Amino acid sequence: MSDLINKEVGEKGCCDIIEISALNKWYGDFHALKDIDLKVKEGEIIVVCGPSGSGKSTLIRCVNFLEKFQEGSIVVDGTELTDDVKKIRQVRSEVSMVFQHFNLFPHLSIIDNLTLAPIWVHNETKQNARDKALQLLDRVGIKDQAEKYPNQLSGGQQQRVAIARALCTSPKIMLFDEPTSALDPEMISEVLDVMVELAKEGITMICVTHEMGFAKKVADRIIFMDEGQIIEENEPESFFKNPESDRLKLFLDQILSQ
Amino acid sequence: MPIYPLKETRESPQSQIKVLSWLKDNLFSSLSNAALTFIALYLIYLILPPILDWMIFDANFDLTADNDSCGREGACWAFIDSNLKMFIYGFYPQEELWRVNTMFGIIVALAVFGSLIKKSQYRAHYIIGCFLIYPVVAFILLHGGLGLEVVGTDKWGGLTLTVVVAAIGIVASFPLGILFALGRQSKMRVVRFISVVYIEFVRGVPLITILFMASVVLPLFFSAGMDFDKLLRALIGITLFQTAYIAEVIRGGLQAIPKGQYEAADAAGLSFMKKTVLVILPQALKVSIPNIVGSFIALFKDTTLVLIIGLFDMLAIVGAATSNSSWLGRDTEGYVFVAMVIWVILYSMSRYSKKLEARFSTEHK
Repeated sequence: MSDLINKEVGEKGCCDIIEISALNKWYGDFHALKDIDLKVKEGEIIVVCGPSGSGKSTLIRCVNFLEKFQEGSIVVDGTELTDDVKKIRQVRSEVSMVFQHFNLFPHLSIIDNLTLAPIWVHNETKQNARDKALQLLDRVGIKDQAEKYPNQLSGGQQQRVAIARALCTSPKIMLFDEPTSALDPEMISEVLDVMVELAKEGITMICVTHEMGFAKKVADRIIFMDEGQIIEENEPESFFKNPESDRLKLFLDQILSQ
Repeated sequence: MPIYPLKETRESPQSQIKVLSWLKDNLFSSLSNAALTFIALYLIYLILPPILDWMIFDANFDLTADNDSCGREGACWAFIDSNLKMFIYGFYPQEELWRVNTMFGIIVALAVFGSLIKKSQYRAHYIIGCFLIYPVVAFILLHGGLGLEVVGTDKWGGLTLTVVVAAIGIVASFPLGILFALGRQSKMRVVRFISVVYIEFVRGVPLITILFMASVVLPLFFSAGMDFDKLLRALIGITLFQTAYIAEVIRGGLQAIPKGQYEAADAAGLSFMKKTVLVILPQALKVSIPNIVGSFIALFKDTTLVLIIGLFDMLAIVGAATSNSSWLGRDTEGYVFVAMVIWVILYSMSRYSKKLEARFSTEHK
């Protein structure tokens, strides 16, 4: 896989690949993100958690400009996100996203889902895109389903396809927006396993998730958000052992007592 | 704690006498249902025998008969036979009929060939090529030019005219409808405004008004020399009309696409055009197939309205044929025949729509 993702597993912390500063976003009158400052180093695995409505999804959706923001700046791999369509597309070509509801293209076969962006955005040849797609499908364990359509697969399989699709363009950054929240319980682990494998490859990841086991295992940093702000961030061990804010303590109590 | 063993799966119990249970389930399941069944049977008894008598048992199938020797008890099918050419070709000159036949022949050949190369990677090229080249060929064949004698559109008529008007209306309004549907969803206010005004204006006006405008009012604005063809005016009117309806149908399809599809396409870095053509439209068109075909069926029926601006489609030919003194009073035969032909065409369209839906279905195969 490492040769599929065109990046070297280097020392984490050499340079900031994402720089978010003083980010503010409103939905109408609702202040959804408040003064977010966040720097992500190349290869870093960040897990974002928090109660629903806390702005976690909104935050990562700002990173590939699926959401517009009113104040502040986001620089992704040297490109600042503005209204400029070219810059947005430049960023999107380096950043892939995995959605809560998979969002596979139902009218295309699995293999066509994977090769769409490589062929039409990255101008790869059909054959190259196809070869790579098959390799990736093999990696996520569903190579034999390549010619099927998304609706013919289980939720877990669909989400693994979605991850393979996201990887197909050799992104530098992967964004995960609650990738396991829409899955039946017995399918969560098959998706998490793929994500854990991916984390070992050294790709930069930001995951919004409630899967604390996953966070403990792979995260370099965990960020806790509430009411549109970052309340606390820490490395996994201290995050769970010594939560400082009351809100995080409450949140951890609720989520870990399940 | 008890443990329950897995149970065997059994087949569902079948009723002993299938016909009886079917009757009971479907026709006599309740008292009111039974009453409705009897009423329906009675209505069929009232209506069907006279129709069959007229069409078949009392009808005269002697194709050499003339109006007087045919008799008046039943249908006189000799009328259809002796006017068949008029029903199909209108007033197209006899010696040039091969041109119309060739035009229809080519389209059938193209369609057959197209279905033979279903798996070929060049199929899309083939289809686009057909759509670009065939109309030109068909126009030259039908209208003349390039050494062929010119046959004015006032001579076109019958089924030929019906099919030409419907086909051009369908082929031209489809892409235009897509553009207006996208325009109505556009973020650009001017584009959206123009689309909304156009669609709502046209949908608020009956087709007959548009045809009148095109044939009577429009020429008033042109100087005498600029007068252009009557059929062309009707075609433009019909296309403009149909475009608005197709646009609304496709807009319905566009609205059925979940937001996540747009987001996934955006997140992948697809441009607006690529997103629309590769991701959004294929899905929107797929869910719109039944309504699109429904709208085209309505258009096909509406083509009969060209009668009011003096074009003789197949329905109008009935009037023309029966006003001939040798076939006076045979309107019923003519209308029944035309109804059957149109029904066959429309029912085929409807079946084709079902087939298309099945072909594009990506549900559990």
